Amino acid sequence: MPKMTMVQALNLALRQEMEKDDRVVVLGEDVGVDGGVFRVTEGLIDLFGPDRVLDTPLAESAIVGMSIGMAVYGLRPVCEIQFSGFTYLNFHQIECHASRLRHRSQGRFTVPMVLRTPYGGGVRALEHHSESREVFYAHMPGLKMVIPSGPRNARALLVSAIRDPDPVIFFEPKAVYRAFREEVPEEEETMPIGRSVIAREGRHVTVITYGAMVRPTLEAAERLSREEGLEAEVVDVLTLAPLDDSLITASARKTGRVVIIHEAPRSYGPGAEITARLVEKAFYFLEAPVRRVTGFDVIMPLFAREQAYLPNPARIARAVKETLEAAA
Amino acid sequence: MPRTRLNLDIPLEFLSILTQDGLVDEDLEPDVPGELLLKLYRFMVLGRRFDERMLQLQRQGRIGTFAPIKGQEAAQLGAVAALEPRDWMVPCFRETAAQLWRGTPMESILLYFGGYDEGGRIPDGQKDLPVAIPVASQLLHAVGLAWGAKYRGTDEVAMTFFGDGATSEGDFHEALNFAAVYQTPTVFVCQNNQWAISIPRSKQTRSRTLAQKALAYEMPGIQVDGNDVLAVYVAAREAVERARSGGGPTLIECVTYRMAMHTTADDPTRYRSEEEVLQWARKDPLVRFEKYLTDRGLLSPEKIQEVASDTDAAIQEAVRRYEELAKTLGDPLQMFDHHFEELPPNLREQKEELKRLLAAEREEASHA
Repeated sequence: MPKMTMVQALNLALRQEMEKDDRVVVLGEDVGVDGGVFRVTEGLIDLFGPDRVLDTPLAESAIVGMSIGMAVYGLRPVCEIQFSGFTYLNFHQIECHASRLRHRSQGRFTVPMVLRTPYGGGVRALEHHSESREVFYAHMPGLKMVIPSGPRNARALLVSAIRDPDPVIFFEPKAVYRAFREEVPEEEETMPIGRSVIAREGRHVTVITYGAMVRPTLEAAERLSREEGLEAEVVDVLTLAPLDDSLITASARKTGRVVIIHEAPRSYGPGAEITARLVEKAFYFLEAPVRRVTGFDVIMPLFAREQAYLPNPARIARAVKETLEAAA
Repeated sequence: MPRTRLNLDIPLEFLSILTQDGLVDEDLEPDVPGELLLKLYRFMVLGRRFDERMLQLQRQGRIGTFAPIKGQEAAQLGAVAALEPRDWMVPCFRETAAQLWRGTPMESILLYFGGYDEGGRIPDGQKDLPVAIPVASQLLHAVGLAWGAKYRGTDEVAMTFFGDGATSEGDFHEALNFAAVYQTPTVFVCQNNQWAISIPRSKQTRSRTLAQKALAYEMPGIQVDGNDVLAVYVAAREAVERARSGGGPTLIECVTYRMAMHTTADDPTRYRSEEEVLQWARKDPLVRFEKYLTDRGLLSPEKIQEVASDTDAAIQEAVRRYEELAKTLGDPLQMFDHHFEELPPNLREQKEELKRLLAAEREEASHA
């Protein structure tokens, strides 16, 4: 199996789906000749031409609004918004239409589109280029919100997202884009949207996370195992909405202790929803308060301070250890 | 270094075929079969009388808030009459007459404004999107649909409607720009009805016309008398033919007037004069068209009476069907339908929860 970065794996997913299905078209700013500012769409315009890989004018609302029309027409548009910090310019198209047209038309029309966009910090970028605002989309009824964590699941989930009959917001952790390689099979691979996975098995504590935070969480778990003999179970949420809580609930019932990690701000963040689900469904199994290691409720600092903002293996390990030491 | 005048060839026309009194300019009179003219007339009457009936129903509490179309029948119907069933129609929220023309049953419209989501269902095969309330947002969908038609090599056209206020929204400009860049077969129909709730056309933009906004996007634009159904039809037919034959998008500004309130929740006496409304009443599109058809020998006083009574009977029957249908709907659990192709676990749980709550509430009510 070839080893790929997430960028290469996403590119593979797009290329193969475009080869297989002429309903799939790619559009966005700089996605054609330039191959996307992160090169996720590199080479697609050479393979499929400018009729299927559209270098659009600079207008996020139009990119998404036009994608909605294309999807209603029967195509499978995959649009790229260059950074998630610019999706506010198309926010109403998602909230008012992409998520609602199936319902408004009572099933007559559907919007099988994917909005791909990089999110998250850690790459020393400009303002608006580092935030994690996945809850804005996870909160909307009628929408699927997917965040892969590595090359292999990114590829498989993007294929599933393209084939999904409903609109999918696909947040790509830009810090992971080229951070490491994984074996990614050339042959077709999909993953079900709406399911979480166990990224690491363990029996002492459950650590729930997703996206770019999966790697530092796994690193913390390995360190705790090596140095303390503590075995953390790491759950990779993968689909934030609709959230299937069966796996996180089962894991919490098994370990009785939970820590949630995300780089999004803490208040009303994904951790709040996950905690509420655990309180509703696993409260009597909990032996310690649920702990959150998250971004702070501040404007994301510029990059000189971003490492102080982001959760890291040391902070995660400390929180996990304290949760394990907490008396029931 | 020169400082010279740029010679931009930007033609802009105004088109009017019927005078205010319904007299026709014979040089401009289009060759339209009598059958189509009579169909247009019948739908103008239906649009007018159904709107009046809806207003009564709203005042009686039998439907909720809606946006009346009175005065804009010609602007809508002249435009959609140029479409074929294979074309797409993308409305905003004041296109009742256009929706009826395209095949939406009256009871669907009543259900929708009566608070039943089922009313949003467009009949199978009818290529109209449902009502879009956020102003100008739907224009981009028409661009996407038209792009799809072009990509698939069909000759379908997408026509979209919006008002004068929409031309101030970013989505209007983004839609015109994208349509022009990709030369999509899109027809943009602006119903300039002079008022965006309380904001008059004069405060909406400094531009002397709305049609001229097309020129910045290198797109043909035309201003027409929107209360002259022949003028609207001719402009729309030209635009649709251009789009169908690969000539790209067009912006049509229909100069018309919103004779009633913005919605039934609005009181226009707060911001506009009765005198202005009366002035526009003299340009009533229905009266002018009636005169024209009578002069052409297509209408007579008897025929006018017949169309009116047939229309009223059809409306009465639709209202009856709506109220019958409404009695059979109303299952609260329906709110969970049509979110995704498959109901996800959280919605399954919440649907069960509501089911239990409703049962408990019924149980409590039976003991009360």
